[in-house]
Amino acid sequence: MHSTLIALVEDKPGVLNRVASLFRRRAFNIESLTVGHTEQLGVSRMTIVVDSSRTDAEKVSQNLYKLVNVIHVEDVTEQPSVMRDLALIKVRANGGGTRAEVLQIVETFRARVVDVGLTSLMIEVTGTDEKISGLVDVLRPYGIVEMVRTGRVAMARGASTEG
Amino acid sequence: MKKSGAEIVWEMFKREGVDVVFGIPGGAIMHTYHPRQSYGIHHVLMRHEQCAAHAADGYARASGKVGVAIATSGPGATNLVTGIATAAMDSSPIVCITGQVHTFLIGTDAFQEIDITGITLPITKHNYLVTDVADLAHTIREAFYIARSGRPGPVLIDLPKDVQIAETEFVPPTEEISLPGYSPQDTGDPELVREAANLVNKAQRPVILAGQGVMMSGAMQQLREFAEKTQTPVALTLLGKGGFPESHPLALGMMGMHGEAFVNRAIQEADLLLAFGMRFDDRVTGTLQGYSPDARRIHIDADAAELNKVVAVDVPILGDLRTVLTQLMPRIEQRTHTDWINQIEVWRGESNRRDILNRPENGHLVAAHFVNEIWEATEGQAIIVTDVGQHQMWSAQYYLNDLPNSVITSGGLGTMGFGLPAAIGAKFAQPDREVWAIAGDGGFQMTMHDLATLVQEQLPVHIALSNNNYLGMVRQWQELFYDKHYEATRLLNPDFVKLVEAYGIPAWRATTRSEAHDAIEQARQHDGPTFIEFQIAEEGEDGNVYPMVPAGAALHEMIRRPDNE
Repeated sequence: MHSTLIALVEDKPGVLNRVASLFRRRAFNIESLTVGHTEQLGVSRMTIVVDSSRTDAEKVSQNLYKLVNVIHVEDVTEQPSVMRDLALIKVRANGGGTRAEVLQIVETFRARVVDVGLTSLMIEVTGTDEKISGLVDVLRPYGIVEMVRTGRVAMARGASTEG
Repeated sequence: MKKSGAEIVWEMFKREGVDVVFGIPGGAIMHTYHPRQSYGIHHVLMRHEQCAAHAADGYARASGKVGVAIATSGPGATNLVTGIATAAMDSSPIVCITGQVHTFLIGTDAFQEIDITGITLPITKHNYLVTDVADLAHTIREAFYIARSGRPGPVLIDLPKDVQIAETEFVPPTEEISLPGYSPQDTGDPELVREAANLVNKAQRPVILAGQGVMMSGAMQQLREFAEKTQTPVALTLLGKGGFPESHPLALGMMGMHGEAFVNRAIQEADLLLAFGMRFDDRVTGTLQGYSPDARRIHIDADAAELNKVVAVDVPILGDLRTVLTQLMPRIEQRTHTDWINQIEVWRGESNRRDILNRPENGHLVAAHFVNEIWEATEGQAIIVTDVGQHQMWSAQYYLNDLPNSVITSGGLGTMGFGLPAAIGAKFAQPDREVWAIAGDGGFQMTMHDLATLVQEQLPVHIALSNNNYLGMVRQWQELFYDKHYEATRLLNPDFVKLVEAYGIPAWRATTRSEAHDAIEQARQHDGPTFIEFQIAEEGEDGNVYPMVPAGAALHEMIRRPDNE
């Protein structure tokens, strides 16, 4: 089981280091952590995915609050929320039948081809972890040359999270 | 008015009520030192930066105010680290100022450059690298506020040399400090307070576990009223000594690894534990399997991350202890708990029979004797600053204490070498009170260079050296659990009396109980630093700390002092 935490933090030098250092020091197991700007100047937003079988999300939240630069933490795991991951996948497609098959799969998963090479295609896909993992599984037999995933970002549905 | 960064440091110190700072100058901080005298703040020149941090810590613990340590960049800064970690583990409010190389040199491995904010990140409550002199005044103000509020702790400010030199228009910051991510919570959740009151009113065998949080929150009076109204016995953590008078009929004394057996037994058989400003350290709980198995638990703490951290509790209340106890008082009923208290008294009597103080003289000086002699001579009114090890436990067991902020010891980190420098800080905080530093021969030698500081300041601190020619606590474990294989614990010591006399400090040596008595009397008549070496039993029954909870055992499974009767 995974828990998803959203942390609003001050956009100051070293804040990511403070958060990462805290996770290491307290031996918290983190699946992914993304950081980016928000609608508010000076506030960054982190989406933190915790393996809740090994790490108690409540403890992560309590310890985050000990950091002076952490403004607000919310566990959205049980809330209706939109969770998205983005992946770029470079898959072998030498022409002939395979290229057509890959394009067919891309279509089915509502992914996009963003670069075409002589022997490969780069595919961009956005969606839940499950959807991306599903696409990766189907593409693997064709030969995945390179892949990058952003890690999960999340936002609760309806009224916005306070902060 | 224009002020340099250096002047702003002292200006802000003055505004924060700082009267003394502990430090050592160096290339990257000397510019800050330069204008000190015009601000009338006393500087104590230590002999090692670790001691500067410990002295600031001792000052903070004895005064309840923020202590200040200053060091230069590079090695000056890294030498502070053990002292900062000690303060962090014991929630002691200190502010450390470190010099740093010029901002344009940062990241180039310049001479005496070190990333001290990176190094101290996990051992400070917060830290800062100030790169613009315009930020300095409010940063210092924030640092003091963060250090002393909520759960207190150390804050470090790293100050590049060009920021110390640069000038800016100084406007005293007066606006309220507003940190979007930091707002300590005082009031406990009323729903949880109600739940806690219900448990208190139903309890048959309650025990209060009082920690250092009692003193940090200033809740001594509230704790006393609570204990008396509910007739609940009070056990203390090591750092909790002083939060509740040990002479009070409801006082049990220290709990945990070297607490009294009857105290631990009461905790094990309790049906309600009231944890007030303590954190269930492993030295307090023994193994968690079988820790107070029948007890419901209420935990009140200023730090949310301490609630349910190691021990699951029924009612976790985040808040300031004094405030929460004030919320609780009207909801709790007057109780008696006569049977429970009588039962504990029976257990206490059995412990007393084993107490070494109640045994006839056998010619050996044991540490309990000299600690007891100091206690009697000072009528329990002195500030006791200890080092770490066996003597620390003996001091806690035999120097019973009724006054807050009077037992100063490194509990969480267990830093050997803490005693002497922390006593220097404590004496500056409480110049009118008698201060005794009690140290073992191992720990004393880790920071004894600061005898020079004592002399330079002509500071009347009494040093009691408990000398057994061993790293005694490790040796005790080797005796009990490693077949007496004394690996690397035997110390070939200097002649401590001669050594101390070389600093110009009068020194005595005591090898019997009556010599101990006389030496203490003579030392106390002396105005200025003094030193007594107590040569105590090296091993065996007289040389071990009893009782003790061995590693991996539950609280009630204590090794007791062999019963001679």
